[in-house]
Amino acid sequence: MNIKNNKISLPGSRSFRTYAVVLVYIVLMGIFMITAPRAFLDYKIYMAFLSTVPISLVMALGLTFVIIAGEIDLSFCSVMAFSGFIFTYIFINTGSTILAFIASLAAGAVAGFINGIIVAKVKVPSIIATLGTQFFWAGLAVVLSSGRSLIINEIRPSLLYKIFVGRIGGIVPAQAIWAFGIAIILSFILNKHRFGESVMFIGDNRETARMMGVNVDKTLIQIFMLSGVLAAFSSVLLACEMVTWWSTQGPGYLLITIAAVFIGGTSIYGGEGTIFGTVVGAFIIGSITAGIVASGVGGFWTQLVVGLVLLSAVFINTFISKRRT
Amino acid sequence: MNNSKNLVEMKNIHMCFGKVVALKNVDFKVGENEIVGLIGDNGAGKSTLIKILSGVFPPTSGEMYIRGKKISNRGYSVRKAHEYEIETVYQEKALGEKQSLWRNIFIGRQISNFFGFINVKKEKEETERIMKELIGFRGVGVSADSRVGKLSGGERQGIAIGRAMYFNANLIILDEPTAALSTKEVTKVLNFIRKIKESGRSCIYITHHISDTYSVSDRFVFIDRGEIIGEYRKNEISMEELTEKLLMVSARDSGKGDN
Ligand SMILES: Nc1ncnc2c1ncn2[C@@H]1O[C@H](COP(=O)(O)OP(=O)(O)OP(=O)(O)O)[C@@H](O)[C@H]1O
Ligand SMILES: [Mg+2]
Repeated sequence: MNIKNNKISLPGSRSFRTYAVVLVYIVLMGIFMITAPRAFLDYKIYMAFLSTVPISLVMALGLTFVIIAGEIDLSFCSVMAFSGFIFTYIFINTGSTILAFIASLAAGAVAGFINGIIVAKVKVPSIIATLGTQFFWAGLAVVLSSGRSLIINEIRPSLLYKIFVGRIGGIVPAQAIWAFGIAIILSFILNKHRFGESVMFIGDNRETARMMGVNVDKTLIQIFMLSGVLAAFSSVLLACEMVTWWSTQGPGYLLITIAAVFIGGTSIYGGEGTIFGTVVGAFIIGSITAGIVASGVGGFWTQLVVGLVLLSAVFINTFISKRRT
Repeated sequence: MNNSKNLVEMKNIHMCFGKVVALKNVDFKVGENEIVGLIGDNGAGKSTLIKILSGVFPPTSGEMYIRGKKISNRGYSVRKAHEYEIETVYQEKALGEKQSLWRNIFIGRQISNFFGFINVKKEKEETERIMKELIGFRGVGVSADSRVGKLSGGERQGIAIGRAMYFNANLIILDEPTAALSTKEVTKVLNFIRKIKESGRSCIYITHHISDTYSVSDRFVFIDRGEIIGEYRKNEISMEELTEKLLMVSARDSGKGDN
């Protein structure tokens, strides 16, 4: 009987937290439907979200693992710029989308591996380590490209282009399916795989995780590699969607991606967080700009509103955590 | 002397944390089917010694043998210790606070398939069983899904001990497992240790309660400021003498502190 009691999601339970973020999203959409009915009652704007949000969402998924482990990755946006360069450069020079794709993911994996080594083995706090590699990879991308943009119109007829950013049924952007697919897989990995469990225990208490037999260093390296590979994958989606790569594409994604993870309820203290929350968080962030512009209040308001939403989401989460204990 | 084989043997162990020398020249062994009471004052080095044995960290120097086989200090780990059937209930930080009970029972040794995916249903069922049969939780509002953070100190220790019981190791190390327990629950732990003995396995029992350790241990090892200062078999010493020894050690310590 007490078992049944525990299954009910009372305020303060983990699932209530995820409801909270959905509630924020619904309220936001409700406001936009009132202030900009023309745009927000039309399905087209949601298709637009499905084409733009996946870029930051894919990175936010990797970042969720990093933050649950009690670490931070500030370099993913530069890794994205760098591996995007690798993708477009190799495609331009070889004409092979497959080669370009694999090389790009490999670049992301290497960048993540380096982060992981610096954090896990050299024991540099991740905020400093990844700040350093953020500058490094962004700088390398600028140096290698001489700051020029690369245009890849020739990629349009390729199969890879259709698979990654084609429109399913002429309407639904394929990248959304990829982002959701990855989210579902990662949600299983976080909740039902040994790796995900290790991530949560590491974020909860590193000493405990080690005493329980978790290979902390190895897992940390894997987490940063996951973040790197997902940044690379996101760079491929962006390069295909825009058929362009430009050297300064990274920084614009840094803060909105981090914000998406925190709005989604993942704890800065580590040990807990959900993939579902991050997905909703990414859509909240991704909708705000469009909503504000469509409401006619002017783009200047965007940052202010993002700030308010982030603060209220974090406030709700903190409030819930306090009630629980 | 006891001629039975040693389950584990540690030779000439040194352990430094920066400038702090936690263990000096320690020789320590546990025989097969032996219950060893490890006794010493606060900060004597008991937890440090057993953490080396259970693979949490390697010693600064020294050698370790398990069933006569030399263990490389570098290659040793908690996972390896589990493989050698060494199970530990740590004094502190034994559980992940924000995680559920079932995850805490199985972390590091999940019931999982070839691809590493956890059989959540099975783990939860086993956890419920462990709680009922091994720990004897009456379970007021506590289930396999409960998070450790909301448990009382005694319930936490119950979980940690239940985990050790469940994995049924050959050597079970208990580092002050009874600190937060009621008298009735302490009795349960002592009975568990007797069961370990009856089933032919071994145990290292660390506690500040001399009468507890006297009632279950075969041999007592005194450790003081990182050094082994005495070893007695149960038939060589009475409980009164044992208590006296410990008091003397404490007195010696405070005497030195005054100088
Ligand atoms: N990780 C560490 N870093 C630095 N010093 C440590 C560390 N762990 C233990 N020590 C020091 O080593 C000494 C022995 O500590 P240890 O925890 O082994 O004592 P103990 O015998 O278990 O004491 P208690 O009965 O209080 O649990 C102490 O002086 C302690 O401060
Ligand atoms: Mg101790």
